[in-house]
Amino acid sequence: MGSHGIKDRVAIVGMGCTPFVEHWDRGTDDLLIEATAEAFADAGVRKEQVDAYWLGTAQSGMSGLTLAKPLQLQGKPVTRVENMCATGSDALRQAAYAVASGAYDVAMAVGVEKVKDGGFQGLNAFPIPGDGTARTLTAAAMFSMVVPAYGEKYGVSEGEMREVLSHIAAKNHYNGARNPRAQFRKEIAAEKISAMPKLAGQLGVFDCAGVADGAAAAIVVRAEDAHLYTDKPLYIKALSLVAGNGSGVIDPEYDYTTFREIAACAEDAYRQAGVTDPREELAMAEVHDCFTPTELVLMEDLRFADRGTAWKDVLAGAFDLDGRLPVNPDGGLKSFGHPVGASGLRMMFEAWLQLRGVAPAERRIPADGRKLALTHNLGGYPGDMVSFISILGNELG
Amino acid sequence: MTTDGTAVSTGRGILGYGAYLPYRRLDRKTIAAVAGTGGGRGTRTVASFDEDTTTLGVEAARNTLRATPGADPRALLFATVAPAYTDRTNATAIHAALRLDGSVPAMDAGGSVRSAAGLLRLALTGADSALVVGADIRVGLPGSPDEAAGGDGASALLVGGPADGPVLAEYLGGAAATAEFVDRWRTPGDVRSKLWEEKFGENNYLAAGRRAWTDALKATGLTADGVDHAVVAGLHGRAVAGLGRRLGLREGVLGDDLSGTVGNTGAAHPGLLLAATLEAAAPGAVIALVVLSDGADVFLFRAGEALAAYRPTRTVTEQIAGGAPLPYGKYLAWRGLLPVEPPRRPEPARTSSSAAVRSVDWKYGFVGARDRESGAVHLPPQRVSMTGGNLDDMEPVPTADVLGTVKTFTVDRMAYSPSPPVVFAVVDFDNGGRLPIELTDMDASEVAIGDRVEPTFRRLGTADGIHNYFWKARPVRTARAAEEA
Repeated sequence: MGSHGIKDRVAIVGMGCTPFVEHWDRGTDDLLIEATAEAFADAGVRKEQVDAYWLGTAQSGMSGLTLAKPLQLQGKPVTRVENMCATGSDALRQAAYAVASGAYDVAMAVGVEKVKDGGFQGLNAFPIPGDGTARTLTAAAMFSMVVPAYGEKYGVSEGEMREVLSHIAAKNHYNGARNPRAQFRKEIAAEKISAMPKLAGQLGVFDCAGVADGAAAAIVVRAEDAHLYTDKPLYIKALSLVAGNGSGVIDPEYDYTTFREIAACAEDAYRQAGVTDPREELAMAEVHDCFTPTELVLMEDLRFADRGTAWKDVLAGAFDLDGRLPVNPDGGLKSFGHPVGASGLRMMFEAWLQLRGVAPAERRIPADGRKLALTHNLGGYPGDMVSFISILGNELG
Repeated sequence: MTTDGTAVSTGRGILGYGAYLPYRRLDRKTIAAVAGTGGGRGTRTVASFDEDTTTLGVEAARNTLRATPGADPRALLFATVAPAYTDRTNATAIHAALRLDGSVPAMDAGGSVRSAAGLLRLALTGADSALVVGADIRVGLPGSPDEAAGGDGASALLVGGPADGPVLAEYLGGAAATAEFVDRWRTPGDVRSKLWEEKFGENNYLAAGRRAWTDALKATGLTADGVDHAVVAGLHGRAVAGLGRRLGLREGVLGDDLSGTVGNTGAAHPGLLLAATLEAAAPGAVIALVVLSDGADVFLFRAGEALAAYRPTRTVTEQIAGGAPLPYGKYLAWRGLLPVEPPRRPEPARTSSSAAVRSVDWKYGFVGARDRESGAVHLPPQRVSMTGGNLDDMEPVPTADVLGTVKTFTVDRMAYSPSPPVVFAVVDFDNGGRLPIELTDMDASEVAIGDRVEPTFRRLGTADGIHNYFWKARPVRTARAAEEA
């Protein structure tokens, strides 16, 4: 028994990512066609050359037919994947493991979400028949409970917490303003973010990720085959997934200042990749900034900061684009919005651009020899979530 | 008109009593400014947007059963003029929330306030112990006399004989006068009742009331001046007041009909007035309950020694004192009389009946599970323990009467609710369990970490006509609960 990972056995050789916006003029099929077309072209392969497909979507379609029909795939295995907000990431994980197993030479992971056909603002989960006793809180409200809990535990005043959260949002909007694929491309001053009316707890609208439609795709092959497709592959160092047991919600010991599932997921991922000091070894990270307090706590759960100190690091600019460890250099969920099935692959797309040195100059992370990127998704709520982490690198070894 | 005075000597009577008045109050002065007419002096009680007659009945019944050690009703009889459902029983939801055994029959009586008096009579003259629950939400069109005079609430009387427990007030006998005269009527589905000219009803009620009163005294061998406490319930205000003056009572015997503070709670009112009377009565006192509804019903009791030791869970007096004001506009919106823009969120899906029946102990009874090995409490119950992973090694943990403390909370201005914003708190219950749970009967600005709260049975919403009942938590406000806190 053991979680061994597939370090350096599988490589990403091509990616695609649509702009993440309110695509009123594009349906799920269009988004899938456009993201995959870019990935096919990037890797220089035709759809026939991909042996198997994994399609991640939370609720924009059911079954592999959702991809097979618009792409007109002939006789291909297509698996639909759903794992809440980690859906796109998990599609890649399964495609990579299938290649690592030797079952296929070339596999594609695609994530898509067409959110804006629902007619309501925000993300709205498909209702599963139940006894009517499940919580009906919004995600914003659940994550808002982190704010007073963190402040109280670490002696951070309400005003200081506000500054920290606004710094996170302003930083992500700064990065997103430099990304043509992002939904929100304006810098927003921290003072303006702080002044917004509150929607849930202490969270205002700029503390919440937007909502957008989008799709992203990746083609994976065995590492030894990577150079058949590209001179600059990305090697998969770690893929870790933890589905929590939900105990945080009902366990009186849980204090809303950490996400246990993510801490466990990080341990597993760092072990798979052989990373011992993520602060020093990672060149960048894309994390699941669904809400500003989420990103704050992630900095500690991912060991980018010691417990109780991430708020100081945030204020000191440690995670800014020119900081010690740039976090969400593409603008994050904050700037992109969150098409659930696509977000995980969108994060990997940024690693794809940055680690290979092709990100636009205005948001390029410092080239200081670090060769690893981390991407992280979570789905669910504090105490009740799934967590995914990948570590990608531009060199073997 | 028929009358039938009876004296009984079975020793049966009231074993326990309780009432529930919802937290909100409408100041009648605020009505006319909006409706252009109506209103008056004083306040009326208002059921919350998440309450219906079933949940009101549950709260009253819980108050009664908690105050009556060893209570074991063998029947649940529920009367309301405003049933949450028709064509199916409402008492079964109350039965489930009280966690009564399946062998205990539960049934509704509806249509008029008379049914509440009728159920009490059936229980007093029956053989087994019975819990008689009355609940009402009284509605009229804006500006109407019914709107101002009405009140929302519930009462629950546990009836039985000496074998079932100490009798607080022995039933001595009574009389009924049934009469057919159409002075008030409502077609099923209408929100309002219509009234014939007032004097007509008054005359008929006074005649029926006097007849039943005379018959009841005669049958029991009592005289009017031997009555120590009397209360009159009925929807016809002039008749109620008029009869009270004509009963030949000694000065000070006629009790407050609560019209100034609570309003007329319809089917709940006979039990509510009796509860308020019992709170103040001394052992040995003779108590008369008169109900004017489609005739008259008279019940005579004598308070027993056990009454002195009985402590209501929440007295009527403290509940009257404990309310908080509600703006008239919100009142109208809560009753559906002022349609307001709903939140722009998908409406909740209907509750699955089959899923609900599998979790009936949790959904209606608020019963969690405790790992027998680790002691970890699971709300809701789970088969596999979160500590240690034992399978099917849990014992039930009833939590409905357990207080809790707010660990943290949030105010959600986006979640779907019939009355936003939603206030949700992570509550640590005193039995070791934790549950994020919606708070109710409070303003969003009131809540603080460390607040003490108690579970309350509510209707979370309705979809496809199916009511979704579950528990929320409300601040601990009553003296007894605060003492326990």
